[in-house]
Amino acid sequence: MTETLAFLDAVGDGTAMRVLIRLFSAAVDIVPFAALLLVLRGWARLPWSARVAMLGCILFGFVAVYADAIAPFGEREIVGDVWQGPGTDCLSTADDGTERAGTCHLGTDNLGRDMLSRLIFGAQTTIAVALIASLLSFSAGMLLSFTAAVVGGWTDQILSRINDMLLAIPTLIFALVVLAALPQNIVILVLVMAVIDQTRVYRLGRAVAVDVVVQDYVEAARLRGEGWLWIIFREVLPNVWTPLIAEFGLRFAFAVLFLSTLSFLGLGIQPPEADWGGMVKDNKDGIIFLVPAALYPGAAIALLAVSVNMVVDWMLNRTASLKGGRG
Amino acid sequence: MSPVLALILKRIGIGVVLILAISALLFLGVEALPGDFAQNFLGQAATPEAVANIRRELGLDQPVMLRYLDWLGGVVIGDFGESWANGSSVSEQLGKRLANTLFLAAVAAVFAVPISVGLGVLAVFYRNRLPDRIINILSLAAISMPEFFVGYLFIFFFALQFGIGDGPPIIPDPRASVWENVQLVFLPAMTLVVVVIAHMMRMTRAAILNIMESAYVETAELKGLSMLRIIWKHAAPNAVAPIINVVALNLAYLVVGVVVVEVIFAYPGMGQYFVDAVTVRDIPVVQACGIVFAAVYIILNMLADVGAILANPRLRHPK
Repeated sequence: MTETLAFLDAVGDGTAMRVLIRLFSAAVDIVPFAALLLVLRGWARLPWSARVAMLGCILFGFVAVYADAIAPFGEREIVGDVWQGPGTDCLSTADDGTERAGTCHLGTDNLGRDMLSRLIFGAQTTIAVALIASLLSFSAGMLLSFTAAVVGGWTDQILSRINDMLLAIPTLIFALVVLAALPQNIVILVLVMAVIDQTRVYRLGRAVAVDVVVQDYVEAARLRGEGWLWIIFREVLPNVWTPLIAEFGLRFAFAVLFLSTLSFLGLGIQPPEADWGGMVKDNKDGIIFLVPAALYPGAAIALLAVSVNMVVDWMLNRTASLKGGRG
Repeated sequence: MSPVLALILKRIGIGVVLILAISALLFLGVEALPGDFAQNFLGQAATPEAVANIRRELGLDQPVMLRYLDWLGGVVIGDFGESWANGSSVSEQLGKRLANTLFLAAVAAVFAVPISVGLGVLAVFYRNRLPDRIINILSLAAISMPEFFVGYLFIFFFALQFGIGDGPPIIPDPRASVWENVQLVFLPAMTLVVVVIAHMMRMTRAAILNIMESAYVETAELKGLSMLRIIWKHAAPNAVAPIINVVALNLAYLVVGVVVVEVIFAYPGMGQYFVDAVTVRDIPVVQACGIVFAAVYIILNMLADVGAILANPRLRHPK
C-alpha cells in the first residue's frame, strides 16, 4: 500500500500531470475536426439552439487542445500588478531576459498573471481532467451494469445493492469524506470522481440493458453458447448507444461542475496549475473590491456546461421523437 | 395491518439500515484508507515514540471495530467526540451550525418550491410553445451554472453595486427576529433557489407530462370533458405523488448544495465546518458532518417515498 501511494504521489505531482494532459490533448487533437465534419453533414437540420451549443463545444475543444499556441502569456508567468483592469498593458520577461510588451485583455489575477492566458490553460486542465474522469466512470459503470444485467442472479443482486448504498450518499459529501483521508493528488482526485460518478452510469446502464437482455436475439446468442463478454459487446452495446451517448454528455457536464466545485473548495486541482474552479477561489477576495476577475472562470464553466447540456437536450429530444410517444 | 402502513414501515426500515450501513462505510472506510493522522500531524518531528503517544491519546491504538461501536454508541446519544484539531466538543459546534444550515435551507425552500412547481405547471400548459421553450433554456442555463458563480454574481451585482442584500460574511444573530435573519440570508438563499429551482421545475414538468400523456387522461379528453375537469378530477390526484416526490428529492439536494453556498458567503453553518475540517483532516469532525449530511439526505429521500405512498390514490383502496 505504501509503495502504491508513493507511486501515486510521484504520478500526481505537477510535471507528471502536465505530461498526462499533453498526451491526452495530443490524442484528442483529431476530435474537434471530426466533430466539425459530423456537424457540417447535418447542419441544416439542426435547431438554432443546438447549432449555437455545438459551436460552443467545438470552440472549447479547440481552445483546450491548442492552449499552448493560443495563450498570449505563460500559465504561471507574472506579467503585471495584482488585479489590473481589462485591456491594460503587461510586460512578459523571457528566460534570457528579453522583454515583450502586450495587453492583458481580461486584466491580471491575484498574483499578476494574465487572466486570459490562465483561462485558456484552465480550459485545458479542467476539460482534460473532467474528460478522463467521465471516460473512466462511464466505462466502469457500463461494464458493471451490463455484467449485472447479462449475468443476473447473485452478481446482479450484490452489484446493485452496493450501488444503491453508494447512490444514497450525496456525491459532494462522499467526495469530501474520502478526500479528507486520502493524499491530495490528481490521480486520486480522478479516481474518486470516477467511483462516485459510475454509480449514476450504472443505474441508467442497468435499466436500459435489462430491457435488451430479454430480447430474442440475446436468447439466441445465449443458446449458441456465447460468453457474457460477447453478449455485452456484440448484442447489448450496439442497441443501447443512443441513450448512453446522451448520458455521457450529462456525465461530462457534471464532471466539469463537480471538479470545479472541489477546486473551489480547495480540494481539487492544486495551485499553481490553472483550473477554472481554483481560479475562482484565487480571485474571490477581489469581488469585495469590485474586481470581477473571479467571475470570468465562473462564466467559462457555465458556458461550457450549458453548451454540453443543450447538445444533450437536443439529442434526447431527437431520440424521444424518433421512438414516438403516445400520439 | 393495512398495506399502506406495511409499505411505509418497510421504507422506514430500509432508511434506518441505509443510515447504519453508511455510518459503517464512513467510519471504517476512513480508517481503512492510508494516511496516518499522527504521522501527518507531527510531520518532520514524527519519532516513533511521539507517534505512539499521539495515537494513544486519540485512542487510535484500539481495535477498529471497538472504536466504531464506541463511536456509533456516542452518535446515537448525540455525542460525536472531540475535534482533533482543537479538542472542542463536536456536538456543541454541530448543534449551533446545524440550526443555521437548516434555517438557510428552509428560507430557500420557501421560495423555491412554489416558484418551481408553478413554472413546471406553466411549462406543461404551454407545452412546446414559446413559454415552454424559454423556461427550458433558462432552466438548462441555471443547471449549468456552478453555485459559486451564481453566488459571486449576486454579491458583485446585488450586494455591492445595487445595495440589495448583504455580502459575506453573513452571521445570523440568534437575538434578532426571524424576519431580520431572513433578510440577512437573502442572497445565499437566492443562490440556492437558482441552483435548485431548475432541477425541481424540470422534474415537475416531466412528472405532470407523464400523467397528461397517460391513457386515462386521453379517455377523459375523448369523452369530451372540459380541460379544468380533466385536470382537477383525473390528473391532479395522480400528480400529487410525483410532485411531493420531486419536492422532497430536491430539498435533499438543497441541504447538500448548502455546503458550497456557506463557503461563498462565509456563513457559519455545517457546510463550512465540514470543508474546514476536510482541509485540516480533522477526522472526527469529518465523520460527524458526513453522517449528519448523509442522514438528512436519506431521511428526506425517505420522506419523499413515504409521501408518494400516502398520496397514491391506488394504494388507499386496497383490493
